[in-house]
Amino acid sequence: MSHTARIERDNAWPEISFEERIGTAEFRIHEKAHITVNGDSCRGCTTRECVVACPANLFVPTSDGGILFNYENCFECGTCYLVCNKEGAISWTYPEGGYGIVFHRT
Amino acid sequence: MTAPAHDFDADIIVVGAGPAGSCAAIAAAREGKSVILVERGPFPGSKNMYGGVVYPRILDELIPSWWETMPVQRWVVKRSTMLLSDTGALNVDFRANAWGAPPYNGATAYRPDFDNWLANHAVAAGARLVCSTTVTGLLRDSHGRIEGVSTDRPDGDLRAPIVIACDGVNSFLAKESGLYPHTDASNFTLGVKETLALPKHVIDERFGVRDNQGVDIEILGGTSGVNGGGFIYTNLDTVALGVVLKLPKLAAQQKRPEQIIAELKRHPAVAPLIEGAEVKEYSAHVIPEAGLEMMPTMVADGMLVAGDAAALCLAAGIWLEGVNFAMASGMYAGQAAAEAITKNDVSSRGLSGYTDRLEKTFVLRDHKKLRKVPHLVLSDRVQHKYPAFVAGVVERVFRVDNPHPKPGVRRIVREERKKAGIGLLDLLRDGWTGMRGFG
Ligand SMILES: Cc1cc2nc3c(=O)[nH]c(=O)nc-3n(C[C@H](O)[C@H](O)[C@H](O)COP(=O)(O)OP(=O)(O)OC[C@H]3O[C@@H](n4cnc5c(N)ncnc54)[C@H](O)[C@@H]3O)c2cc1C
Ligand code: SF4
Ligand code: SF4
Repeated sequence: MSHTARIERDNAWPEISFEERIGTAEFRIHEKAHITVNGDSCRGCTTRECVVACPANLFVPTSDGGILFNYENCFECGTCYLVCNKEGAISWTYPEGGYGIVFHRT
Repeated sequence: MTAPAHDFDADIIVVGAGPAGSCAAIAAAREGKSVILVERGPFPGSKNMYGGVVYPRILDELIPSWWETMPVQRWVVKRSTMLLSDTGALNVDFRANAWGAPPYNGATAYRPDFDNWLANHAVAAGARLVCSTTVTGLLRDSHGRIEGVSTDRPDGDLRAPIVIACDGVNSFLAKESGLYPHTDASNFTLGVKETLALPKHVIDERFGVRDNQGVDIEILGGTSGVNGGGFIYTNLDTVALGVVLKLPKLAAQQKRPEQIIAELKRHPAVAPLIEGAEVKEYSAHVIPEAGLEMMPTMVADGMLVAGDAAALCLAAGIWLEGVNFAMASGMYAGQAAAEAITKNDVSSRGLSGYTDRLEKTFVLRDHKKLRKVPHLVLSDRVQHKYPAFVAGVVERVFRVDNPHPKPGVRRIVREERKKAGIGLLDLLRDGWTGMRGFG
């Protein structure tokens, strides 16, 4: 195969956007947040383990040095509280019974 | 079935209707005990994600001829280990078509199907299954003895003399009861996975199988420099592809999990297998990876811990087995709990039949035999240096460089070892640990 053909093939197979990726999973959203993040702890945090590790990409750094967190599309995996080194930054529980992530083909 | 003492709702409460919980419930209910099986998901399996292969031999005891009714995608007849360097790959394949016929060996299955099927067996055995209910803590009597669980349902307390915690890797029940001394992120990996749709005949052709034959591929290397591994499993008309990533290593670099999956998908040895496939479902879950070194105390007065909640998952490179360990430990917990109710002694002494069974069977024997392997497989040398080293050696052994004559293998090994920056002593030591560990 020629070099150009190879490149065209790669391009013909684009990666999906993160929104599309998360859209493939079903989340039954409860009005009450099952995880809350304490913005004050995050403001002084330089390592930001949660930002790269959360598979649902729910920890978003803000321009003023804080963290914006939204619980809605959460896999309930536990990664964030395991990697966060700051006591009290994350309070983590499972959602109300029947709510949250619902897998179908895993 | 014996009626529980007057102020109890059941003899035994099992928390979590995953493989551990359902087998605990089946075993205890078969012994005539009253069992409540509590699951927070809307149906069993709805919260559960894994790579994709179940090895159900242990079910022979609880569900004879399980293969006739189990919701199977494909029967695994080929197991491969793939060692990936940046551009090369070494594949070690084993094929056994006999595994594609009764009594079988392993099968790919979707967890929502499999867990639901197993929980139905618990119900058929007489257990009461309560879904959409999250257990929020342990109930204790005035002497501090465990006497059930609280839930998020109105009037949701459930009382029983024995609680079996099968609540998975994050087990808040085991932590609440103090059975885990501490939680260390380096004992866990994050698994992320894409379920990729492809027509059945395309999967058959690309993976060299037919009918309901399936393939199990474990991958070392190819995780963008983050310690971990990968896997590819064939379902009927989807392929499960994912990576497992050591948590502290993942958190200490810049690539996000889905980017690491994307790089694995682009690897020249992987891309042709899944080209053109559409992502049907994206999923994530954490794995207890450190085996024996992280296991909690598994028995307390009035309480047993089984499955991932007890870190019984075996994650050792060429093996990623958790469901069979969960089913076995759950079954033994259910049997021991039933015994304790019969003897009327639910203290940790009365429940010690559980650890006796774990010690005598593969559950703890495999973990003991392989205790050094998880750390070896996830070590920096094995992760970052060996794949390139091995692929380099093999590439040069097979490369035809005429008019030059073939170089001696010993020389190739020495040169490639130096190129990869591996000391001879380290290589010998790892080889020795590996041989003893796997032996
Ligand atoms: C990426 C990945 C790949 C894997 N690949 C394989 C593989 O190919 N083969 C294999 O054998 N194993 C594999 N495993 C491991 C396997 O998935 C686990 O070892 C197994 O699921 C453990 O079973 P369990 O019953 O102990 O826990 P789980 O399957 O986690 O079940 C726990 C149950 O408890 C429920 N629960 C939790 N908390 C509560 C609560 N408070 N109240 C009520 N209910 C609760 C959950 O909803 C869940 O249903 C893999 C794991 C991962 C993450
Ligand atoms: S959640 Fe933890 S890791 Fe993330 S920014 Fe806050 S303190 Fe840091
Ligand atoms: S539990 Fe997992 S998916 Fe949910 S916020 Fe934490 S890291 Fe993200």
